[in-house]
Amino acid sequence: MAVITTALSIATEGAPNPGEVVAASGTFTLTALLIAIPLASAALLLLLGRRADRWGHLLGTLAAAASAVLGVVLLVAMMGQPEDARTIGQSLWTWIDVGSFTADVALQLDPLSISFVLLITIVGTLIHVYSIGYMAHDPDRRRFFAYLNLFIAAMLLLVLADNYLLLYVGWEGVGLASYLLIGFWYRKPSAATAAKKAFVVNRVGDVGLSLAIMIMFATMGTFTFSGVNEAIGSVDPDTTTWLGLALLLAACGKSAQFPLQSWLLDAMEGPTPVSALIHAATMVTAGVYLIVRSNAIFDLTETAQLAVVVVGTITLLMGAIIGTAKDDIKKGLAGSTMSQIGYMVLAAGLGPAGYVFAIFHLLTHGMFKAGLFLGAGSVMHGMNDDVNMRHYGALRAVMTITWATFGLGFLAIIGIPPFAGFWSKDEIIKVAFAVHPVAGVAALLGAGVTAFYMTRMMAMTFHGKARWEPDVHPHESPAVMTVPMMVLALGSVFGGLVLLFVGNIEEWLAPVVGFEKAEPGIPVPLLIGLTMAVVVVGAVIGWRQYAMREVPRMAPTQVSWATRAARADLYGDAVNEAVFMRPGQYLTRTLVWTDNKVIDGAVNGTAAGIGGLSARSRRWQSGYVRSYALSMLLGAVVIGAVLALVRFA
Amino acid sequence: MNPTNYLVLSAILFSIGAAGVLVRRNAIVVFMCVELMLNASNLAFVTFARTNGTLDGQVVAFFVMVVAAAEVVVGLAIIVTIFRTRNSASVDEPNLLRL
Repeated sequence: MAVITTALSIATEGAPNPGEVVAASGTFTLTALLIAIPLASAALLLLLGRRADRWGHLLGTLAAAASAVLGVVLLVAMMGQPEDARTIGQSLWTWIDVGSFTADVALQLDPLSISFVLLITIVGTLIHVYSIGYMAHDPDRRRFFAYLNLFIAAMLLLVLADNYLLLYVGWEGVGLASYLLIGFWYRKPSAATAAKKAFVVNRVGDVGLSLAIMIMFATMGTFTFSGVNEAIGSVDPDTTTWLGLALLLAACGKSAQFPLQSWLLDAMEGPTPVSALIHAATMVTAGVYLIVRSNAIFDLTETAQLAVVVVGTITLLMGAIIGTAKDDIKKGLAGSTMSQIGYMVLAAGLGPAGYVFAIFHLLTHGMFKAGLFLGAGSVMHGMNDDVNMRHYGALRAVMTITWATFGLGFLAIIGIPPFAGFWSKDEIIKVAFAVHPVAGVAALLGAGVTAFYMTRMMAMTFHGKARWEPDVHPHESPAVMTVPMMVLALGSVFGGLVLLFVGNIEEWLAPVVGFEKAEPGIPVPLLIGLTMAVVVVGAVIGWRQYAMREVPRMAPTQVSWATRAARADLYGDAVNEAVFMRPGQYLTRTLVWTDNKVIDGAVNGTAAGIGGLSARSRRWQSGYVRSYALSMLLGAVVIGAVLALVRFA
Repeated sequence: MNPTNYLVLSAILFSIGAAGVLVRRNAIVVFMCVELMLNASNLAFVTFARTNGTLDGQVVAFFVMVVAAAEVVVGLAIIVTIFRTRNSASVDEPNLLRL
């Protein structure tokens, strides 16, 4: 830790000023409508059923757009407030009031949550619009939009809640929406299984969040953000560490971080707009939000912070390695999402120097990754829903708009200046070098691997020779799909610049999460040069391998162990099966055996014993009157003999 | 008069009746043997009444006769019904109560 303190030259911009919650007034009283509009729309679409089929998608899109407009209005209103009055609280009603335990349904709007609100509603609206085209031929399109609206409402509740309990409600709400949407094509067994897997793995993480809430209430008697921020200083350090670790477990489940990463790749069974909105841009980043929101807790516990850094570093490398070997375009992007969220978690573990950049990367990633997913969806749309990149190739000519938007997203994610990803990822690498140099090196390598797999994806899909299936006729998607892609591509290009230089994200978020400038041990220009070099090397290797050479239509089977491991998701499922599933099966089988043999055996044995006894005794009932008469006579003789004996003996 | 002779006669009659109940198949004969046993006991009751010089034994004997008469009515009715359905009065054949 000594290294860190020397490497960290602190230029404090003022520590966060917790607890200064201003009561909502004027425009800010509309905050609840952000959640209410999509929730009402979801309820309407689900309750009306087939009657809403004709206009359901329009209502859904309109609801998301209304929330987005409201979000922008609130942002403008917030920018008009002085810096120390931007945390606005609004208590709607008392939810639970039992003895000393009270829980309010209360919202908190601050620079952190408004950033999420805008990401969720604007990207959400674009994806709603896209889905109108993407799901046009699906008979259940209305249900799809109802679930999307439900998701938007739950996600907004998650980021607007002013306490951990209400956040938990939103947390479970997005989990439910995610489950429903992954399993949207529930008639497909693989989709139903993937939905179940996501649900189960998420429950493991949720145990962490519920434990954290219980610890908070047990030690501090409160679980509001402001209350916890105030009281956490006087809590026993060990408890704080456990609290941090429990929150990290929750974040791992929701954000598909190691060791709970296995569900995200399977979650790609859902429709592509879902992958873009939920499993790339918003829901999977909720874990990062949770850690950043709990900054007061993590700042006090170096152990938990270190755990966060370790988890983030492992995941960013794992995700990137998995991404290099996937032929399924969506699974490749899913690996990339894991990896990019790993960057955010890493940044969130770096303390006040990293929180701002975790959120910054989260916002830029939300834009370019959603764009990439929508691009992938557009390609699939033109290729008869084939996801195998080995059947793509040379699509640039037939899908020019998709190529261009995907390409801009590609430049953003690999971090070419001045595209969005460069600004955010570069800052994370810089801060990582300053605080944890090992994690910094891993982040640097990860950037190279990212460049490799994204180049591979770009080359296999849009360049090289056409390897299409014979009956496939690729075509550009309709405007209702390409326009959202173009908007997100604009975000990929200018998002970073705008947020950093116009939005001034560091100062914007500092009042909530705190900000300390951290300088790496090596000169910044050198570090940027090094990052660029690694990225270019990764991209060149990818280009030589997949654009200049012929890509085989069948995946080669004679491959190194590393490729095999990456294709098998680095054996994440195998480990889960060996460590949890099989012992679990043995346990249940043993219990079933015990139940059948021991417990049922005792009951059945008693019954069989009585049955056998009665089978023997019923032989006495011969049905012959004379034998009954004989037994009566014998009985009478015996009684007479006994009486005689008693009398005369 | 020697009551022993009466009692011996009663025992012989009772034994004949019991043996008849056990060995005969015809329900009518079995029935008659039951009556024989009852009357053997009646004879013993009356003998004891005479010996003791009280009327208790004779009262019981009348009581047994009344019960026997009632029993004959019910028993013959059953036998006749069984005979009508099975064309037989054998006590071995109606063994449906057996499991």
